[in-house]
Amino acid sequence: MPEEGMENSKGGEERPKWNNKAEYLLTCIGFAVGLGNVWRFPYLCQIYGGGAFLIPYLIALVFQGLPLLYLELAIGQRLRMGSIGVWNSISPYLGGVGVASMVVSLCVSLFYNTIVAWVLWYLFNSFQEPLPWSQCPLNHNNTGYVEECVESTPVNYFWYRKTLNITPNMETSGSLQWWMVVSLATAWSIVYICFIRGSRPSAVYVTATFPYLVLTIFLVRALTLPGSSEGLIYLFTPDVRPLSNPQVWLDAATQIFFSLSVAFGGLISFSSYNSQKNNCERDAVLVGVINSATSIYASIPIFAILGFKAHTNYVTCLNGNILALTNEFDISDMNITVENYEQWFDSLNGTHPSRVSDLNLKTCDLQTFLDQSASGTGLAFIVFTEAVISMPGSQVWAVLFFIMLFSLGLSSMFGNLEGVLTPLHDLKLVPKWMPNELFTALICLVLFLVSLIFTLGSGNYWLEIFNSYVGSVPLLIIAFFEIIAVAYIYGIGRFSDDLEFMTGHRPNIFWKVCWLVISPLMLFVVLVAYVAVQAQTHPTYPAWNPDYVNFPDTEVLPYPDWVFAICVLLSSVPVIFIPLVAIYRLICCMSGRHSEDPTSSVLSVVMAL
Amino acid sequence: MLVRILVLLYLVGAPALAQTLCQPNASNGYRVRISIKTALGNQAYEWNENEMFLFQATMAFAMRRYYKTETYNVDNIIVCNQTRRVSFWFVVISPENPTMLIPKADVEKAVSALTTRLPCRPMSNSMSRHRINNAFLLTDRTLEFLGIHPTLAEPVNPDTPPWLIVFGVVIGAVFAGIIALLVSSLLQKRRKEKGMMEDGQDEEDRQMKGVENGINLDGIYNRGFTDDDRFTKL
Repeated sequence: MPEEGMENSKGGEERPKWNNKAEYLLTCIGFAVGLGNVWRFPYLCQIYGGGAFLIPYLIALVFQGLPLLYLELAIGQRLRMGSIGVWNSISPYLGGVGVASMVVSLCVSLFYNTIVAWVLWYLFNSFQEPLPWSQCPLNHNNTGYVEECVESTPVNYFWYRKTLNITPNMETSGSLQWWMVVSLATAWSIVYICFIRGSRPSAVYVTATFPYLVLTIFLVRALTLPGSSEGLIYLFTPDVRPLSNPQVWLDAATQIFFSLSVAFGGLISFSSYNSQKNNCERDAVLVGVINSATSIYASIPIFAILGFKAHTNYVTCLNGNILALTNEFDISDMNITVENYEQWFDSLNGTHPSRVSDLNLKTCDLQTFLDQSASGTGLAFIVFTEAVISMPGSQVWAVLFFIMLFSLGLSSMFGNLEGVLTPLHDLKLVPKWMPNELFTALICLVLFLVSLIFTLGSGNYWLEIFNSYVGSVPLLIIAFFEIIAVAYIYGIGRFSDDLEFMTGHRPNIFWKVCWLVISPLMLFVVLVAYVAVQAQTHPTYPAWNPDYVNFPDTEVLPYPDWVFAICVLLSSVPVIFIPLVAIYRLICCMSGRHSEDPTSSVLSVVMAL
Repeated sequence: MLVRILVLLYLVGAPALAQTLCQPNASNGYRVRISIKTALGNQAYEWNENEMFLFQATMAFAMRRYYKTETYNVDNIIVCNQTRRVSFWFVVISPENPTMLIPKADVEKAVSALTTRLPCRPMSNSMSRHRINNAFLLTDRTLEFLGIHPTLAEPVNPDTPPWLIVFGVVIGAVFAGIIALLVSSLLQKRRKEKGMMEDGQDEEDRQMKGVENGINLDGIYNRGFTDDDRFTKL
């Protein structure tokens, strides 16, 4: 599915050809792996306590992700139209599904490119010696280091202060951070130029394999760090307690959809470029499995490094206590060590309890450090930059890593932009006189201006909102309607015939059962449970507040009401198009404007596309 | 005889006097804390009288460098209250007047390193702390003078942040690329339009390539030829 720019026809005259099997496979892999694997999956894993998230994730992959992926690839390949055309041809009342996909792609592009902008910012800053996140800056009168940096870590400080300049809560918007605006402008410019230029199929040899190479290097390095094993145990230990929370299942399903780019509309467009006889079943299984394997593979170094960070924090905490005890009781240097700390503490506490309590020693617990090391959208940035400063030749590793992230994000942005621009063309919203380049530039400019909200002081909080509310519930609702449309309205029998025509055999019982029963049921149950739970609890967010009592822990604040209203809007606006278009078509049909016969109105709509 | 007794008394009394001058929490004294094992690990040396002598010598050295006029000696640095930690108190007495203690502020000035942006100049007053640390293979953290905060070396701050330079290069390349692409696509369109306007010759050439037995062998639908009339004229 090589990118050939906007001129590709939907009718199917120009068909790109693969030079060989390897190229096709690598393109599939490159398509499957994106920022979602390296940035989003570990972040979700960490929120849900590591190993607990893997169970719903794998279940969601098998029963929701793969069936839906196969479905989208198949209908795109068979009907050979973009997402708008496909749903219109299945049933004009379901044309809204395509529009909903477009709106979701639009909203996701907004915050996705902001992450690419963050990557660019870090990339620009990697060309310095020493790396700016490796040490704390001095305060005003050079008497010590900046307090916020000392209390957390230089890496955290660089992320929260120097990159985001984050405000303590959402009500405080702060101002536009000019360096972020500049990075965002660069990101959109690069996306634009790469999009209108297209890419060569042979570039896929580098772009698909490079991320694996870099991840492997980091994996090897991470495993040699002390404390990494604790992180890995944390990742792979299943803990069934969070599984009762429907949010976990929702996030697992949305992560699968987000990562596979299902329900975005881009997949249908891409597969419409395939030849009709392509084995899309094999493609779907391959892409799905490789995608999830890559996600897990990417989280291994992340969690190893989290273990290392937690271990370092634990040792630092203990050493602080040891120093305090040694100085207070004038014990010989290094007599108290990390190993015998407990015995010394007990004996000293027994003999001089008042003096010991006056010292205000901190409680050092490794598990606590593991739980709270870094979370949220900054996880990948904080963790990998931490790893990089402990490697020799840090600048090289930092540049390598951020170039990898950038290329991952860029290739995904192509899919997102395709999901926005192709429907706009299909809906005839483009003026005839406007050349493609100009229209694309206009769209990029508008998206850039809207995404400036993410460059405000409170921008990160808004990004998390977009991430949680746009990249989640709407995807599930769209996926639900897609399955219903194909399995029940198009008809499973007709669909099986198409699949037989394309792949040479009818779909086996697993696929049929999934499409007919399991996937829609699971989606429905998860959605209902999620809405029920959300209606009861007030959602909260972690805020970075240096004045907080327990700083460097993040302060958990509830969303203000107006923000919550925006969250609901974000979830509902994309999907509102589904009933809207259905009602519109109904009205049109009933008023008899097109014709009395609904089938000919379908034909006329299809012809118009 | 009397002189001898006086000298004897002086020799005995002075150290005793000196000892009373040096006390824990003395107003003009500093406490020093040394952590050799933390700094050196396996290569830690033993703290004994010889090391203490070195400490007194380096302190005298620091005082000499600061004051320049007075010659301090090892016995002007009086040490007391040594613990296992290793920590001890010390005071500095004036070489001329053994009963007079050098005030705390002056001792601090002599010891602490001043921050400068310039590289380390061995002959300046600053960097005494640096020399003291080096004499013991220790750092500011492991050789602590309680009450004297080490001032930190200011990092180098270039005028233009390096990231701005990289950004400038990247954005320049991107804009150049965009302009080049737009211009080239514009030129291509102009060329296509010119090709359509020209009558006959170009079309005939193109047609000749794909024509065999009167059948057009163009496989790809060429959008440039949308005017069917011209086609059939041939």
